[in-house]
Amino acid sequence: MKKLIKNNVYWLGKVDWDLRKFHGDELSTGRGSSYNSYLVQEEKNVLIDTVWMPYDNEFIANLAGEIDLNKIDYIIVNHSEVDHSGSLPELMKLIPDTPIYCTANGAKLLKGHYHQDWNFNIVKTGDRLEIGNGKELVFVEMQMLHWPDSMATYLTKDNILFSNDAFGQHLATENLFNDKVDPCELFSEAIKYYANILTPFSSVLRKKLQEIISFGLTIDIIATSHGVIWRDNPMQIVEKYALWANDYQEDQITIVYDTMWNGTKKIAERIVEGILKASPDTTVKIFHIARSDHNDVITEVFKSKMVVMGSPTLNNNILPEIVGFISNMKGLKFKNKKAAAFGCYGWSGESVKQMNELMGSAGFEVINEGFRNLWNPDEDQLAKAVEFGEQLGKL
Amino acid sequence: MGKYVCAICGYIYDPALGDSEGGIAPGTAFADLPADWVCPECGASKEEFVAE
Repeated sequence: MKKLIKNNVYWLGKVDWDLRKFHGDELSTGRGSSYNSYLVQEEKNVLIDTVWMPYDNEFIANLAGEIDLNKIDYIIVNHSEVDHSGSLPELMKLIPDTPIYCTANGAKLLKGHYHQDWNFNIVKTGDRLEIGNGKELVFVEMQMLHWPDSMATYLTKDNILFSNDAFGQHLATENLFNDKVDPCELFSEAIKYYANILTPFSSVLRKKLQEIISFGLTIDIIATSHGVIWRDNPMQIVEKYALWANDYQEDQITIVYDTMWNGTKKIAERIVEGILKASPDTTVKIFHIARSDHNDVITEVFKSKMVVMGSPTLNNNILPEIVGFISNMKGLKFKNKKAAAFGCYGWSGESVKQMNELMGSAGFEVINEGFRNLWNPDEDQLAKAVEFGEQLGKL
Repeated sequence: MGKYVCAICGYIYDPALGDSEGGIAPGTAFADLPADWVCPECGASKEEFVAE
């Protein structure tokens, strides 16, 4: 069933309450998600994006219940990733000649996914498509936000920006709009989405936001491809993005550790004590990474000015959960963050040095040699761990 | 002439190859690319590139 957004613009997507992992198993989605597709019914009928492949038949049946599929004049593909384009293969079997509007990279990537030579119409930033009743679609390329093909589409007169993944959140709701959901849940999902998906592209985003602002478009609604549609003060999320894209950080230090027999855990706790002794107002959070949701911890790293990594030495090496987490941080290309390391060992004790090297190569500023402890820490060593924490807290 | 890597998407600009899509002849050094040249893969600007 379609839901009204504004005038002749309708939502026709899929709310996925069951989704708990996304991108395969790479991204946790504790509050589900939605795949937002839009139907614009002016003199021309326009479909903007589709839904993820497992729901293609359900989506097409819904769509066919609202409109004769042969009366769809244009399909806009803002982004070729399968959660948005996944219904195209089945849909295009039914309406194979319908023109698809996308970027040059969009056509290339859709061919890469589906190996079909559909009726592609390539658009660039500033290109316009008349859809009748005096309204036009204006296209804005959004390269690397978050794929090379990404694009946004602006509907004139109704002043709706169909932003695709930008400004999205993995949040299932039946009520569509940002003013109809819990604002704390919404904020938490929006920042998690930015931290885990958009961080590597912050420098691109900074320029793109300037470009969009320079167009002087009036934006009354931002209709994203995941989660809520921003209609109540839609620019609030644009303002947040401007803030987050600027190498965002708060007065927060996050400790991420793994432990075998709790020696490294004890040190972590004393480091927290030391940080707070030196800097009582600093927010300090501590995560046993093997028992934590990695994506939620990434959001905490995103907010932090410093990350302190802890791992004992096992087989001349770092515990694997820590290595995986550092690899995740490296891919996200965090900027302007400090790092330090600590850990217990029994004989060889390489972990701290190795973590320093990995954190350095992941773009963090490693501030000292770290804190190593032979076997289980005694009271003297625990006192030294507090001192180590104080050094970190003073930075 | 050195190669340059796009820090956004990982594309490598090789002066020996140039960038035919962007109208850049083989043998063009990175420094000699026009200021408005962008990464052919992802559209990032020249300043996003780092020496390999």
